Amino acid sequence: MVTELVKSENSYQAAFREVRELSPAAPWLELVRNSAIDRFEQLGFPSVREEEWKYTNLATLAKESFVPATNAQHFDVGDGSRFAYPETRGAHLVVVDGFLREDLSETSALGDIVATDLFSAVSDARYNKIIRKYLARNAGYHNNGLAALNTAFLQSGVFVWIPKNVKLEKPVQITFIGGTANSATFPRVLVVAEENSSAMLIENFVAGGEERYFTNAVAEIVLKDGAHLGHYRLQRDSKKAFHVSTTSAELGRASRYDTTSINLGAQLSRHDVSVVMDHEGAETSVDGLYMVDSFQHTDTHSVIDHKQPHCTSHQLYKGILDGNARAVFNGKIFVREGAQKTDAIQTNKNLLLSERAHVDTKPQLEIYADDVKCAHGAAVGQIEPEELFYLETRGIGPELGRSLLTYGFAEEVIAKIKLESIRAELDAIVLRQLHTSLEA
Amino acid sequence: MLEIRNLHAGIDGKEILKGINLTVNKGEIHAIMGPNGSGKSTLAKVLAGHPQYEVTAGEILYEGRNLLEMSPDQRAREGVFMAFQYPIEVPGVSNAQFLRLAYNEKRKHLGEEELDPLEFKDLLKERAKVVEMDATLMSRSVNEGFSGGEKKRNEILQMAVLEPKLAVLDETDSGLDIDALRIVANGVNQLLTPNNAIIVVTHYQRLLNYIVPDFVHVLASGRIAREGGKELALELESKGYDWIKTADSGKGAVAPAQ
Repeated sequence: MVTELVKSENSYQAAFREVRELSPAAPWLELVRNSAIDRFEQLGFPSVREEEWKYTNLATLAKESFVPATNAQHFDVGDGSRFAYPETRGAHLVVVDGFLREDLSETSALGDIVATDLFSAVSDARYNKIIRKYLARNAGYHNNGLAALNTAFLQSGVFVWIPKNVKLEKPVQITFIGGTANSATFPRVLVVAEENSSAMLIENFVAGGEERYFTNAVAEIVLKDGAHLGHYRLQRDSKKAFHVSTTSAELGRASRYDTTSINLGAQLSRHDVSVVMDHEGAETSVDGLYMVDSFQHTDTHSVIDHKQPHCTSHQLYKGILDGNARAVFNGKIFVREGAQKTDAIQTNKNLLLSERAHVDTKPQLEIYADDVKCAHGAAVGQIEPEELFYLETRGIGPELGRSLLTYGFAEEVIAKIKLESIRAELDAIVLRQLHTSLEA
Repeated sequence: MLEIRNLHAGIDGKEILKGINLTVNKGEIHAIMGPNGSGKSTLAKVLAGHPQYEVTAGEILYEGRNLLEMSPDQRAREGVFMAFQYPIEVPGVSNAQFLRLAYNEKRKHLGEEELDPLEFKDLLKERAKVVEMDATLMSRSVNEGFSGGEKKRNEILQMAVLEPKLAVLDETDSGLDIDALRIVANGVNQLLTPNNAIIVVTHYQRLLNYIVPDFVHVLASGRIAREGGKELALELESKGYDWIKTADSGKGAVAPAQ
């Protein structure tokens, strides 16, 4: 196994040399990519021997010879706009196999917001300094082999810049289409929201088909003082795919970051989400819903770091598991010394629809301040027979009743989503078996 | 409408009902009274089909059919309703969604057309008046965060929407203040027609001041120990249950009122 692993990691290095030739970068970025591949060479793929990877085994992923995508121009995805939610028309970027496809994107309604190719923006004098300052800062690659691999393969990606005081009602959507069989793709996003700006971003990961591929995504988000960002992340990769991803946000003074991650696809998915609050008065809600069945495996690791006083974090993650599915939730909240008046709540609730489904959940609170309000909890349960009986006494049969209770369970997360069409889509997915519309 | 013959039932292998006989006809209100542990709630749960309760002997005929062979949801669609003593909360499902789903399941069963959300909204608005229910409670999750009184009113609202032929109200008066009690009782009275029947299960007489029963059956130790008209309830109120327990220990069930 060790030799196979080495072989697979070597193949990434061979591909990296090709990338370096195909897309030469600015000297500083070249340096970043070079040290990232070196770091990946040292770290490799995470192993189950590491505490943070105890329940998620990437051995299969590491062994397989996925081929890093070097461009996406030949991959025909048809009309890109079919992935746009009605609310995001005119503000929809399409990324295929990790590469921004301007020909499939619509940017007419972006207003003052800049959303462009990240790699090209590096050589744009207007954005060069910002990108250099923030790229690979929050999603560091020194301790994370997967982020290192993503960083080494930076050849495109999306840079979103929301200038000072700009408030855009229209959500900006980025659709990542993966689908080339046996490809490894490295979607990369950098969002910088300047002072007192306000925007909403949707990251939508979809599959072009039902192929086996490897998505390794990184999104870095910087909120300056007083900035607001709503961020929805929907993962519906192919059920044969591997999806690993890192979302890292840093919050400025009195800024607000609300994010919801929906994980439905992939055979194996892992999402590392971190929010660092190193300025007073920042607020965040970090919510999520994972819904998996058959032999799917989904893992969420979150770190919410309260470094300064008067910050608030509310976290609600819910999971619905059927078949032989497995889920992992690991949530850490740090309240650092001096981070007084911290308000932190973390909840993880899981609903098992099958006796073979399994959840490992571990909420953790580490508090080094004394004047704080913190709570956390986790639960794993099944449909309550008394709830089902109640519905039955109202004429709702057991099968429909189970669907309804499952829907209700998911609704606590779904109902908070501010985009009507995303809510409707998720409701429809949850209600697959429920042959009736529930609007009322 | 309902005939219970020599019903024996229990839970976890423990017999609670030890030979109940009861006949309920259309247009009648029956009160089932009795001290704690006498089997009142067990009877209600057996009628609704609670899966944990086991019927060991006897039979229940509902409109001439074997009720015990019907699943709880089938019973409900056929017109049996139970108002819960402790209504269950259903997070994430709005009251309106829930009620429309239940209503349409029944319509489907009866071969009638389902109502769309708008049509149902009108119907719901009309029925909500029966229990003076606030419209804001319709968009909230079923029973979640409802006060005790709101939960009980919500049960009667469900009854008003589903229009059962046989309604069993299990301790609907418990936890209600006097104003809520009056509203709930008024609601129930509005729903009584010559074609349906109501069984009121209660420990106390006070609900029966508002929902006046035609027959009162007093349970003790799993058997019907006394039967009579509404005066029996008043007698119990003044004397308590002790005299029944002592007077009837060991005595078999008496004939049902016709």
